[in-house]
Amino acid sequence: MAGEGTGMSIGMSFDVAAVRGQFPILSEIIDGLPVHYLDNGASAQTPLAVIDAVRRYETTGRANVLRGVHRLAERATESYENARAQVASFLGVPTMEIVFTGGCTAAINLVAYSYGALLKPGDRILLSELEHHSNIVPWQLLRSRSGIELDMLPVTTDGRIDLSALPSLLTPKTKLVSLAHVSNVTGALLDVRTVVEAAKSVGAKVMLDGAQRAPHGPLDLPSLGIDFYAFAGHKAYGPNGIGALWGRPELMDAMPPFMGGGSMIGRVTLAETTWAPSPRRFEAGTPPIGPAIGLGAACAWMQALDWAAAHEHEMDLVQRLMDGLQKIDGTQLFGPAGLQNRYPVVSFMLDGVHPHDVAQTLDSFGVAVRAGHHCAQPLMERFDLDGTTRVSMAPYNDNSDIDVLLAGVAHAAKTLR
Amino acid sequence: MSDQIYQERIVALAKAKTGAGKLENPTRTARRDNPLCGDRVIVDVRLDGEGRIAEIGHQVRGCLLCQASASALSAVAVGRDAAGIAELRHDAERALGREPGETHEPFDAFAPVAAHKSRQECVLLPLEALKDALA
Repeated sequence: MAGEGTGMSIGMSFDVAAVRGQFPILSEIIDGLPVHYLDNGASAQTPLAVIDAVRRYETTGRANVLRGVHRLAERATESYENARAQVASFLGVPTMEIVFTGGCTAAINLVAYSYGALLKPGDRILLSELEHHSNIVPWQLLRSRSGIELDMLPVTTDGRIDLSALPSLLTPKTKLVSLAHVSNVTGALLDVRTVVEAAKSVGAKVMLDGAQRAPHGPLDLPSLGIDFYAFAGHKAYGPNGIGALWGRPELMDAMPPFMGGGSMIGRVTLAETTWAPSPRRFEAGTPPIGPAIGLGAACAWMQALDWAAAHEHEMDLVQRLMDGLQKIDGTQLFGPAGLQNRYPVVSFMLDGVHPHDVAQTLDSFGVAVRAGHHCAQPLMERFDLDGTTRVSMAPYNDNSDIDVLLAGVAHAAKTLR
Repeated sequence: MSDQIYQERIVALAKAKTGAGKLENPTRTARRDNPLCGDRVIVDVRLDGEGRIAEIGHQVRGCLLCQASASALSAVAVGRDAAGIAELRHDAERALGREPGETHEPFDAFAPVAAHKSRQECVLLPLEALKDALA
């Protein structure tokens, strides 16, 4: 697990041009402007390795999986299961512990529904105020279905989950702690060890929303001591419509299905049905086969990258960005001040200019960023923010992306207030 | 670099802040949120005995386009009833290229937004709030 948010500079060289060359969209000229793509936290771009893998399936191996006996079906099943192995290898877990889902949101909803079905009224789930709506709303739905209670960890002024509140919010009734591994607004990395130690002391399970962490290199989930991990394909250089869930097998096998249909059964009679073990139990119907194969290829692509160098490169970009923003009158950063324990997501505000107007101005420079509440309205309410402008980086970003963005922000500061 | 969306007239409308602020004892108040971007508009109106707007105030927590639209709306709302406000809505829709026909001041200023579909709701949000207030 290279560069787990350490911000350490070890002087490695990183060939960003070689990485960029693998992403066809980055050499597009759109309306006369080069693409400066800094909205990776919303959706990352996809490399040729992924495009080729999906194309290979669609053109040489397209069929349904786990059903047919013909050779295209065999080929499709092999590719699909190979993708599961690639995702598992990326997360450092056994292959058959990976469930393909429709995305990260679908993975969290799966746990909220199926693990949630094991909970009783009065049981508690601990979240935080900086969660993405996809790690809040599924639990609110569970609360209204089953009478569980939700608790919220507060957030520090530098945009981190305030773990000093853990002892007071964890109770013997707490059955699950579900938190963002990396904040989609501030880039802050969660101190997983502290969370796991505290949660285990009251017997609670731990789930991480890995949507913003997975795009930045392989993980070793067993070393984290957690119970569930979810991430999205499209943010991790893979296709849309696919995500993955890892769960401890003893938990997954105790959980009832999320959806019923083909593939997830043991035996069906008109009187009753028995369930297949996980992961099949949670993959009802024909899965998104091409996207799963693409996600497998994306995981293999990420595993082949030198992440120690890539992380250092990403942190150099963060530093360049933060230094540049601070030179523009009226900018305020929202998030950790330094490079320690963070990932390359940077939010800022420009006094007197709404984030959407900053983003629109940046678009006119060919720079893609996200502006607004980032599906984290409780966090915006907590800090009384209209929203932020968010710059989210990937290994293929380079200095010119940051420099053009800074020129755009300076232009917005000059013309819109 | 081409940022025609922020033409001088739109920026001037936003900066003018016509009608910005809360009314004391309004006859009606309505709030509209855009859940996609988080923009929020609160419109207060004082109505005369025939349902026409005698005074209008708005609180916008949103982007420059939303502020400019609220300002434009406030500049021409007084004396209009619900039907008159509906006509302004059509004018805005025409400026945004969503309805055919000629558009008039002040909403003609928003013609540059016709090319930016994702921002058109920002222009329409104050009109939606005022429609609710008059409903």
